[in-house]
Amino acid sequence: MSNNPTGSLTTDTSFESVKSLINGKVKRKKEPSPFTKKILGHKNIGDLIFERLTLLFAALVVLLVVVMGWEMYVHSRLSIKEFGFQFLVSTEWDPYAEHFGALPMIFGTIVSSILALLIAVPLGIGVAVFLSELSPLWLERPLSFLTELLAGIPSIIYGLWGIFVLVPWLRDDVEPFLQKAFPGVPLFEGTPYGFGMLAAAIILSIMILPIISSISRDVLRSVPQAQREAAYGLGATKWEVTRIVLGNAKSGLLGATMLGLGRAIGETMAVTMVIGNRPEISASLLDPAYTMASVVANEFTEATSMLYLSALIELALVLFIITIIVNVLARLLVWSTEEKRG
Amino acid sequence: MKLKHKKRNLRKRKITNVIMLSFSFFAAIVTIIPLALIFYYTISKGIANLNIDFFTKMPTPVGEPGGGMANAIVGTILLILIGGAIGIPLGILSGLYISEFGNNRFGDVVRFLTDVLSGVPSIVVGVVAYTLIVIPMGHFSAFAGGGALAILMIPTITRTTESMINLVPSSYREAGLALGIPKWKTTLAIVLKTAWKGIATGILLGLARAAGETAPLLFTALGNRFWSVNVFQPIASLTVYIYQYATAPFKDWNDQAWTAALVLILMISVLSLFFRFITRSKYKV
Repeated sequence: MSNNPTGSLTTDTSFESVKSLINGKVKRKKEPSPFTKKILGHKNIGDLIFERLTLLFAALVVLLVVVMGWEMYVHSRLSIKEFGFQFLVSTEWDPYAEHFGALPMIFGTIVSSILALLIAVPLGIGVAVFLSELSPLWLERPLSFLTELLAGIPSIIYGLWGIFVLVPWLRDDVEPFLQKAFPGVPLFEGTPYGFGMLAAAIILSIMILPIISSISRDVLRSVPQAQREAAYGLGATKWEVTRIVLGNAKSGLLGATMLGLGRAIGETMAVTMVIGNRPEISASLLDPAYTMASVVANEFTEATSMLYLSALIELALVLFIITIIVNVLARLLVWSTEEKRG
Repeated sequence: MKLKHKKRNLRKRKITNVIMLSFSFFAAIVTIIPLALIFYYTISKGIANLNIDFFTKMPTPVGEPGGGMANAIVGTILLILIGGAIGIPLGILSGLYISEFGNNRFGDVVRFLTDVLSGVPSIVVGVVAYTLIVIPMGHFSAFAGGGALAILMIPTITRTTESMINLVPSSYREAGLALGIPKWKTTLAIVLKTAWKGIATGILLGLARAAGETAPLLFTALGNRFWSVNVFQPIASLTVYIYQYATAPFKDWNDQAWTAALVLILMISVLSLFFRFITRSKYKV
């Protein structure tokens, strides 16, 4: 970086270079051997120490992410060696027989997250449309505040509410009703316990609604006003204008959905408390299931053998990799729309 | 004929308009309902056991009425303090790096990995804290729990620090440099001080999130039925107590779980009031 921070007004400290130094947005100019220049260029030893110190801490953050992946890999080697790829496709999770197949948990994680998205995405985008296109200003701020408050409630309190309010309600009212309304449909067969996939999906959808709605709102706001005006000018109704805006914000909305998905996949406590924790694959929404996060939360302290423990750590590793992929895709999508608007 | 057709078409469009816009309004209402329900139940069910004993007494065995969660309240505070002691400096300094010196490839890497870190599920962070701290130490400890919470705070604090420092007008920096103040002093005494309020909000968000975490504590801090403030021993926390008491088949424990949830929400509110207080403006606006 071409900084001459001691303050002598050489050409280096021209307004532009200070500005680019301060404001992370401007790309650095290519220069020969920036590294040596950096060391020689510093006239103040304090500056050098300061930069190196912050660099050290930034490097620590980088190291942390790498160490996380490495640590989990090292501690799950036992299970990786024992089961190999079978770990991901076997449906048998039997701690007594020391056989660990994670398919029921992978199934549970994916299905509960997708069901949650099915509920939360239409609602979240609906809220975002309301906040960015319809709401009067006096209503917009409190409503945004309330959705953010929803995001701030600890997961464990959602779980507590799930156990004592949502689950009894599902067991006594909703699930018997569903069975009566759709007799013989495999989706609603089995005993209505209350605890199960349906409860997990509902809790998850409530928890990911705030993130989906707030990011969608930002994405919709970044659509240029001129597009709306043009559509109104052609005589479009409010909904038709909104549809055009939604169409233009498509990839950003998809990004918001992916961020919600990332949140849902990793969500632990609330799901553990309502999903019933049974490692089975069932077509019925009313049956108990299990997710990767909840099996780790539930069985980690009970793991009696090294193999058991390493299988659980491998599950955490799989979860880590999946959430990283989902989150990276999501960020790229959100960035791509916001950058296009400049 | 044509006009009639046009008229019908317009009516159809108007009806669709009304339907879709009311769906949007309906969605906004539906979002608020769970919030209202959760607050209603937490307050109405939690308030019954909320008394001085809850803050000063130890948990009682099953069936024995009364008792409190003094150890868990202190434990939660201690865990947040440990997490903050590690996470706040790390977060602020790496945020300073990416905003002041991060105009290069490495800065982009840090920015990207901070985002990655913020998406890592808290349970995974717990597993890592277990392999990194609990296994080498040989036993569960408050320190391991605090370490896990620190990892969870870092992304929030780093990214808020970065964006808040980017908001500081460049003229402030130029003024400092023009006076011959070295860059490090300019950054710490002028830039950081100007951005401090925003950064404090980031710290608050990080601490509040950490205070509500359960999953990373389950097998790091573990929990403790007894009084302990020893950093190197297992320690109780409100969230783990809520989990244990809510999933236990005893009515009095379930009731106490609600009270613990209420106390947790109150603690987080007090925390944010405290931060409002220390970052309040000296000058009335």
